[in-house]
Amino acid sequence: MLEQQFVNALSLGCIYALFALGFTLVFGVLGIINLGHGAVFMVGAYAALMTVIHLNLPLWVAIIAAMIAAGLAGAAIDALVLKPLRKRGAPHLIPMIATIGTAIILNNGAQAVFGAGTLRFPFGTVPEEALQIAGVKVTALDLGIIVLSFAMMAALLLVMRRTQFGRALRAIAESPKAARLLGINVERLFFVTSLAAAALGGLAGVLISLNSNAIFPLMGQDILLKGIAVIILGGMGDIRGAMLGGLFLGFAEVLSVAYIGSDMRDAVAFGLLFLILLLRPQGLFGKVVQRKA
Amino acid sequence: MTFAFKFASAAAALLLAFGLQSAQAADIHVGVSEALSGGAAQYGNNIRNGMQLAADEINAAGGINGNKLVLVIEDDQTKKEEAINVFRKLIFQDKVLMVFGPTLSNGALAAHPIAQAAKTVAFATSNTVDGITDPGNYIFRSSVTEASVIPVTVQVAKEKLGLKKVAVLYGNNDALSKGGYDVFKKALEDQHIAVTTTETFATGDVDFKAQLTKIKGTNPDAVVLSALIAEAGPIVAQARQLGINVPFIGGNGLNNPRIFEMAPGTASDDIWVGGPWSLDNATPENSKFIANYKAHYNTNPDQFAAQAYDGMCIAAAAMKKVHFSGDIANDRAALRDALTNVQWTGATGPFKFTQIRNKAGQLAGYDAVQTPIISVTKDGKYNIVH
Repeated sequence: MLEQQFVNALSLGCIYALFALGFTLVFGVLGIINLGHGAVFMVGAYAALMTVIHLNLPLWVAIIAAMIAAGLAGAAIDALVLKPLRKRGAPHLIPMIATIGTAIILNNGAQAVFGAGTLRFPFGTVPEEALQIAGVKVTALDLGIIVLSFAMMAALLLVMRRTQFGRALRAIAESPKAARLLGINVERLFFVTSLAAAALGGLAGVLISLNSNAIFPLMGQDILLKGIAVIILGGMGDIRGAMLGGLFLGFAEVLSVAYIGSDMRDAVAFGLLFLILLLRPQGLFGKVVQRKA
Repeated sequence: MTFAFKFASAAAALLLAFGLQSAQAADIHVGVSEALSGGAAQYGNNIRNGMQLAADEINAAGGINGNKLVLVIEDDQTKKEEAINVFRKLIFQDKVLMVFGPTLSNGALAAHPIAQAAKTVAFATSNTVDGITDPGNYIFRSSVTEASVIPVTVQVAKEKLGLKKVAVLYGNNDALSKGGYDVFKKALEDQHIAVTTTETFATGDVDFKAQLTKIKGTNPDAVVLSALIAEAGPIVAQARQLGINVPFIGGNGLNNPRIFEMAPGTASDDIWVGGPWSLDNATPENSKFIANYKAHYNTNPDQFAAQAYDGMCIAAAAMKKVHFSGDIANDRAALRDALTNVQWTGATGPFKFTQIRNKAGQLAGYDAVQTPIISVTKDGKYNIVH
């Protein structure tokens, strides 16, 4: 039983991490909490579903379609909502509130197009039977989620640390003004970051909706709250933090169900989170001092 | 020529408008407050469809003694605050004869007192928690409560499956799932069925394997599940993946054909549910309803659509007995009186109202008198066992 719960925790933790990666990327570069990330995640899930159902294409094509659709939604949010606000020098909270609005628009748009009901991918899109490995049941999808979330984290870290592009992003994160003076096209990078983060959100949307067998317009709203907890725990904007924060939340939830009781699940998980933040208010990987430009 | 033509068409439009206005004088306006967006939209839209179908059929058959039934439909957005606004608008501004809704019990508990205070009938077709009819004698509920269905479900399942011990899983943050759990708990105690473990989840959760793994470890004869369909689908699918092959016994939330899409194949076999309505109940009234609904909306109705359809027919049957005076206050009171002794056989079977007492022991609103249907799923269908 313990081994099974360990696998459950790992896969749940990776689900949270997968969602949080894109979320934390936007914060790290643009410096805003994008409350539209849950809606973009939903857009990805619907895009993949349509690709599978109406175009009869295999899942990997659907995943690419989802990343494109979600990426475009994210890019549109940046171009139509966030950029005008940046131009006017809107104070910090304003873009965050604006992203709530974009989430409402996307959620209601999805309901108008696809209806309010819960949909799912056709039976057999991924193998439904669980594999039995050393007495532990694990589905191909669980494995996919675990592998992909670690791979995404590694890829993001590599880009951020080893490429010119990543250096430019880190410079922007430090100070957009200084980055602009250095000749970095800040607006373009903001746009690309929004696109990439949303594409990651779309990928998460497909995998998570495959796992839960449920696609509905408000599917991103509940996981958004978990996502916020994860990136706060990991350290706002930190990629390793998002991964570790996700795993922490997954393990805390599953183990409290296993050993304390499911009624206490959120109390235990968020109580632990609170304790960690008391000791490290900046999160696991957060910077101690907030630099002001 | 063009001017003359424009003038003529404007005059025609004016005439038409006047003509419509005079026709409206005899229209009967009925308010509908349902969740057309937000979390409960999948129920609210089906309810609206059921009501619209009934109203269209009634109008096609001559209306209410020749008067046309007009639905004033508003979206309560799955929010109880909005349900209050919608009820106020329908009652005081639109001056409707009566109001259907809101979709969720939370909304009903908030909005119905407004209808009671305004002496206007509030007609609930989808609320099943305790206390809905407590506000007073203008509150009518046609949906049979979980409290009356679940004990029958448990009893039938116990007889047929020989249940000795069950595990319980429920959603602890929505009124319907929590209310269903409370009734299950009592029914299991009353019928001496042991509970191996009680686990919870929250609406919006996507992964239930932790709870299900724990349940599997206790080796129950069946799993009692009180959940809405959005979570019930993934729960059943994930349970089967983990190798939990015992029957599920469900509340209202599982009485929904979507379960066959959300947990396809053999995964959705062996789910025991009770409810007021079944897609496979082949009475003439039900078969006609299902055929017409499918022709209109190109999909199978669910229980909420069926109850909404019946609710509208029940209200119309009462309206036909009312002699409308044109004074809205008198007409609202007359409709209330007519509803108390209306009898109707519709998609959900024979139906009548009975007055119940509230928690303080005073006579309050009216609840349904109806026999539940117990079904078990097999090969993507609900099969009636009781």
